[in-house]
Amino acid sequence: MRITSPAFKENARLALADPQLQQALGNVRSGFIDKRETAVDALPEFEALRDSARAIKDHALQNLDLYLEAYEAKVLASGGHVHWAETAEDARNIILGICRSAGARTVTKGKSMITEEIALNEFLEENGIRPVETDLVEYIIQLRREHPSHIIAPAVHVTQAQVEADFRRVHDHLPVARDLSEPEALLGEARRVLRSKYFEADVGITGANFLVAETGSSVIVTNEGNGDLTQILGKVHVVVASIEKIVPTLEDTAQILRVLARSATGQDMSVYTTVSTGPRRWGDPDGPAEYHVVIIDNGRSAMLGSDFQDMLRCIRCGACMNHCPVYHAVGGHAYGWVYPGPMGAVLTPSLVGVDKAGHLPNASTFCGRCESVCPMKIPLPRMMRHWREREFERALNPAAARYGLKAWAFLARRPALYQAVTATGMRLLSLLGGRKRRLSWLPLGGSWTKHREFPAPEGSTFLRQMKARARP
Amino acid sequence: MTSKDPEAPPRVGLFVTCLVDLFRPTVGFAAIKLLEDAGCTVEVPLAQTCCGQPAYNSGDRKDARAIAENAISVFEDFDYVVAPSGSCAGMLKRHYPGLFSGDPDWQARAGAFAGKVHELVSFLSDIRGVRAVTARHEATVTYHDSCSGLRELGIRSQPRSLLASVEGLELVELEDADVCCGFGGTFCVKYPDISNAILDAKTGCVEASGAGTLLAGDLGCLMNMAGKLKRQRSRVEVRHVAEVLAGMTDGPPIGGR
Repeated sequence: MRITSPAFKENARLALADPQLQQALGNVRSGFIDKRETAVDALPEFEALRDSARAIKDHALQNLDLYLEAYEAKVLASGGHVHWAETAEDARNIILGICRSAGARTVTKGKSMITEEIALNEFLEENGIRPVETDLVEYIIQLRREHPSHIIAPAVHVTQAQVEADFRRVHDHLPVARDLSEPEALLGEARRVLRSKYFEADVGITGANFLVAETGSSVIVTNEGNGDLTQILGKVHVVVASIEKIVPTLEDTAQILRVLARSATGQDMSVYTTVSTGPRRWGDPDGPAEYHVVIIDNGRSAMLGSDFQDMLRCIRCGACMNHCPVYHAVGGHAYGWVYPGPMGAVLTPSLVGVDKAGHLPNASTFCGRCESVCPMKIPLPRMMRHWREREFERALNPAAARYGLKAWAFLARRPALYQAVTATGMRLLSLLGGRKRRLSWLPLGGSWTKHREFPAPEGSTFLRQMKARARP
Repeated sequence: MTSKDPEAPPRVGLFVTCLVDLFRPTVGFAAIKLLEDAGCTVEVPLAQTCCGQPAYNSGDRKDARAIAENAISVFEDFDYVVAPSGSCAGMLKRHYPGLFSGDPDWQARAGAFAGKVHELVSFLSDIRGVRAVTARHEATVTYHDSCSGLRELGIRSQPRSLLASVEGLELVELEDADVCCGFGGTFCVKYPDISNAILDAKTGCVEASGAGTLLAGDLGCLMNMAGKLKRQRSRVEVRHVAEVLAGMTDGPPIGGR
């Protein structure tokens, strides 16, 4: 996937000027927040569960090598295969190899952000294999030839009317008179088309919300049951997951599940929680003949032991973006890569480099709402600040900002000089403000006055006045 | 220099904040009055400048630390350090110690200093036990919770309960009072269009509240919101909460009328 994060400002400008997008984003501003709050308020032990979930992941990350090896041993023992992929390219080639040996022409897919990260769909298409997204909303995104703008609600930037138009365009068998004005009608139409795909597909690919070391199981949560069909109806099931998805036990999984859906959609639990362990065994009513797990690093092991390790606790619930005023304003595509919002502002620089993704950790007011709702208590603003430090050390931020900051810091370290300079400046600004007590234009302050007035200072500074009082 | 006599009034160092110093000295005088009414001896060290947030949040840790050293040296001997800002108090209290990691001497000083720091309104309410103020303000007011004060220092009920004691004042709740106003320090000039979109939603809520006065505890947010309201030719007056609590509302509001 092409990275447009360097053009964040321009992306944001276009997003702000897009009335359809702004209408669609209204759903994020209200729905998710209220639902999460209701679910959390109904569970008195929610705060304790957050602490427990954080501790589980911290422990798993501190012993990641041990748990990954234990997990691999269990998968092998259950008759599955484990593939280790250091990079996105490695992962794509491994998955293509599995598809080719299965003779696959069509693969079904459950919703998965890691396959977005490694740009799997484009790669399979280039190699003559047709990927079919089976999550309704991912299916819509695929019809539109777009990428998700939200990690749990990929088409949150699309209005219902747009979906109806897309269906009429692509499902060309639809009679014009067919009523698709209700969401249920759209769902029914998608379901009808997708049912046959499950039987055409030779391989089913899913992500994983958890890899369980104790049992060698992978766990996914869905609301449509499409993940189950994807993984049991194909001859081959491929689980694609990044290294930090590991948890020690099923009990740990259950603990984290208690905060996951509540934080994401406000549900107590997702409708389907599906555990898969190895291929179909003798006597199983269904299941794949082959079971593969592709475990991907793609830059994550470099985050271990760094200022960004805490980010690896992320369980991809989306609460941070649901509560982010910047995300509310510009939506997910403006961030320019796979992961938007506050979690993307920390993770994207880690995975693609801060030289490309430098805008993302800067485009935050540090309001702290993301951290306050994060079920894994990830200190998102603190880590965005760490990225700003890296940028400052490497002089990646604009020169004018650096010199301005340096000049100000020079003064701020010299109180007497600072007071002399500021007293003169404020006196002048106060005069310019006149009787209206504000300025509509300010030299070097165009970014402020483009959208707002600049309140004029009262006149003499506080410290000047205190100094004058102190003199007998 | 620390007061030894438990009966003696506590010595409070007023960290006035750079924005109040430069733009709105009235808030500084209001803070002195409120602290003195609450039985404190107030001193204003003249060697203070800024808390260092512009450097800290721009990734310039070295300058942030140098500025922090100055603030700690100037204020560490007081019984309490009080600032009329949740953002600056949050910086001194929650972020200073981390600036000195790896330097045990300074970290200890920063930690001891941080323990003395309070935001003004929560200090009056939680530490000095002030339940009511003597002030009059005939207006319907609404209150915006600035982010740092709310989420770093837990300031929410204190300003509302003290405002309830102001004669003639009617407090109406602001929808989405806990949502950022879009200021974010340098954010508002680095990303002016995004900042404006966030701000526009905020001033929409302010107008919808029907209040004639908008209050908050942080001058950065207040200048941002006042600037927008005045650009929109709104009649809403914007003031720092300390001005109203101290009954010092004779002068023009922020950004004028």
